[in-house]
Amino acid sequence: MATSATAHAHAGPQGFIRKYIFSLDHKVIGIQYFFLALTAVFVGMFLSLLMRIHLIAPLASLPLVGEIKPETYLSLLTMHGTIMVFFVLTTAPQGGFGNYFLPIQIGAPDMAFPVLNMLSFWTTFVGFVVIIAAFFVQGGAPLHGWTGYPPLSAVQSAGPGEGLGADLWITSIAIFCLASLMGALNFLTTTLDMRAKGMTMMRMPLTVWSWFITAILGLLAFGVLLSAGILLLMDRNLGTSFYVPQIIVNGQIMLHKGGSPLLWQHLFWFFGHPEVYIAILPGMGVTSQILSTFSRKPIFGYKAMVYAMLAIGFFGFMVWGHHMFMSGMSPYSAFAFSLLTMCIGVPSAIKTFNWLGTMYKARIRFQTPMLYAIGFVSLFVSGGLSGPFLAQPVLDIQLHDTYFVVGHFHLIMGVAAIFGMFAATYYWFPKMFGRMMNESWGRIHFFITLIGTYAIFMPMHYLGMAGGTRRYSQYTEVAYLQKLMPIHQFMTYAAIITIAAQFIFVINLFWSMFKGPKASDNPWEATTLEWITATPPPHDNFGGVTPVVHNGPYEYGVPGAARDFVMQTDPPVASSGH
Amino acid sequence: MGLALLVVIWLITLASTYFFVAKSWLPVGASAAAGFMDGQFHLTLIIMGVVFLAAQLSLGYFAWRYREQPSSPPVAYSHGNVKLEVIWTALTTILFVGLNLMGSSVWAAQRFEPAGPGAVQVEVTGMQFAWYFRYPGPDGKFGGTSIKLMDPSAGGEAAVGLDTSDPASKDDVVTGTMYLPVDREVDVSLRSVDVIHSFFVPNLRFKQDAVPGLNIHLHFKPTAVGEYEIACAELCGLGHYKMHGMVHVVSQEDFDKWLAAREAEKQ
Repeated sequence: MATSATAHAHAGPQGFIRKYIFSLDHKVIGIQYFFLALTAVFVGMFLSLLMRIHLIAPLASLPLVGEIKPETYLSLLTMHGTIMVFFVLTTAPQGGFGNYFLPIQIGAPDMAFPVLNMLSFWTTFVGFVVIIAAFFVQGGAPLHGWTGYPPLSAVQSAGPGEGLGADLWITSIAIFCLASLMGALNFLTTTLDMRAKGMTMMRMPLTVWSWFITAILGLLAFGVLLSAGILLLMDRNLGTSFYVPQIIVNGQIMLHKGGSPLLWQHLFWFFGHPEVYIAILPGMGVTSQILSTFSRKPIFGYKAMVYAMLAIGFFGFMVWGHHMFMSGMSPYSAFAFSLLTMCIGVPSAIKTFNWLGTMYKARIRFQTPMLYAIGFVSLFVSGGLSGPFLAQPVLDIQLHDTYFVVGHFHLIMGVAAIFGMFAATYYWFPKMFGRMMNESWGRIHFFITLIGTYAIFMPMHYLGMAGGTRRYSQYTEVAYLQKLMPIHQFMTYAAIITIAAQFIFVINLFWSMFKGPKASDNPWEATTLEWITATPPPHDNFGGVTPVVHNGPYEYGVPGAARDFVMQTDPPVASSGH
Repeated sequence: MGLALLVVIWLITLASTYFFVAKSWLPVGASAAAGFMDGQFHLTLIIMGVVFLAAQLSLGYFAWRYREQPSSPPVAYSHGNVKLEVIWTALTTILFVGLNLMGSSVWAAQRFEPAGPGAVQVEVTGMQFAWYFRYPGPDGKFGGTSIKLMDPSAGGEAAVGLDTSDPASKDDVVTGTMYLPVDREVDVSLRSVDVIHSFFVPNLRFKQDAVPGLNIHLHFKPTAVGEYEIACAELCGLGHYKMHGMVHVVSQEDFDKWLAAREAEKQ
């Protein structure tokens, strides 16, 4: 493996452009992904702010954007969902932190294919530019939701934004798929081929396992979405009928014939469900890493954690039909999908159990990364437990396409994943930028965000139980929905406060980048390989030395050891490798 | 900091739980399946609620109890416990799969079997942004429809494209409000002419997507006289939020009268 690492070595870059713009260094590329996702998350969050305000004041005219019409609201929710899922939840955990830390944590000098790595970032960037462009074309952004169900998304006359805006939306997703496929290949090859001597698979940090499994999911899922998107583009522009039967829109009989709207749903969710795990697995990895580090205890059940993630990845491809219980799909297959969905709850429960087991009888240190890791566990539990409601077709009859679902997925794949990213940011910031972030502001940011998050998303469950339908621009036209308005008002106020608190994070981030106290090489007294190298790491990560690994990734509190932690490169401890 | 976490996590947990149980959020049920479905919902709520409380309260407690102090004992150096993992896994599997199997009988009854003979037949058609309801009339047979005859802007029979040259369509009644007799099974056939809609009647615990190109048959039985709102539950375009309708569940007698009056209007 050392030889393959040498073969991949390349000289340090000279000049600003090669060093910071078109860099081949996985660390620079990781930071580029991070800032792309940071930009995207603020765009996505701003859109959600407009939506929340519109929901409680449908006729208000807002500064900058003017009056929000029903179709504008639908464009906002489409773009919010798409930008958040692709350019935040997929981009930051994998492209950002994975890119930066996977090679270092396995003791490699770089990714296996540095040029491909650069290409996948810049392809993602182009995808982002294309989707933002959809706002500015005639008709504006599409209104078909992030799931883009045809025929609504396949017929230009079906609504405003379904013209050029929808084409740009699909094109952007297709570009993103290409970028993710390149990234996935790189992650897989790097993990399999470039581990340092002694870094067996079962000594890899759980973060590496999570990025590795995420890459497998990405490789299998994005290809399907890419094909589905191309078919949709053809239906829209070349007159094919993959997804569109004979229909009449706006009094006009369309020329399509014989297509199946359900085909899109199958293809989309075949991607869409694994995508949920693409978003959350890296968060699970980083939470495990941080819980163990700050509990000063080995992770509880390392092997069970690995097998649980593999099981989640495996089952993740067999449950897509649970998004389609109400779609007109065969009720027999709903039965099978429902059973498999319940099975996927089992490894998730194992993970939660093991996180609690890690904290049991520990010596917990409460720096900000740990607060966010604990927050992740709490949100993962809360979001996860609404799953078994939705997984039962008989309950889904009432809950499908209500705010219950919106609350469920926001808690578990939205904010839990975001908490994973916050945890990762506070944890790895010292290594990435050589300085510490401010702890006091970190704590304030954490508590406001945690309480705010629950205040926004918990009431959505009550709203959904009462039959509160989602994707409604106004709750004024249906009498029973009108009565639920106070819940919307509460959620909007909570959202405004929570969104405002995110500026604490951004200010802390940029202030600390330049003014924070200098970080030592291993400020958290952690054990994995990124903490043996300099801060920030040199171009080849380990300054010409190739690390040799002797220990598992989470050797804390080893009886008889000189310190309460044993680095992976330290002389072997008796129990190493379990 | 451990104490702050404990307080915040416990407060969030208890407040969330309070609002789940303090109010019965589900709309009043008015169909034969509602009793079972609500029972299954509440059973799931109780089980998940117990897990929720147990997990969140221990998370908060552990954060406080095992915070690092000068007096803390050394950590328990352990890589886990296989026996505990196996027990935990087995219990979760039994619980989740068991819940699922329990709920499947009503699903099967509603969707595996066709409606019984004597059910009231209603065809529900969704279009941007209205619902239309068609009754077959005394002959019990729906007349033909054709997309070529559809004129959604005209409403009524023209909106669903009724082929008036078909003898079976002579007595078909098309309305914008759904009337149903109480305590009789309803055989719904659901279709859409343009994009996907979803026919959702919260009080009847009924929801099904209307998909262009498909004619989906389902059945349910309203059990309480009343007026119930229909809300479209699948994003169908800019008017999705106002794609609203009403179901009037009335006595058999009132239903017959209503239908006869519609027939008379038609002649």
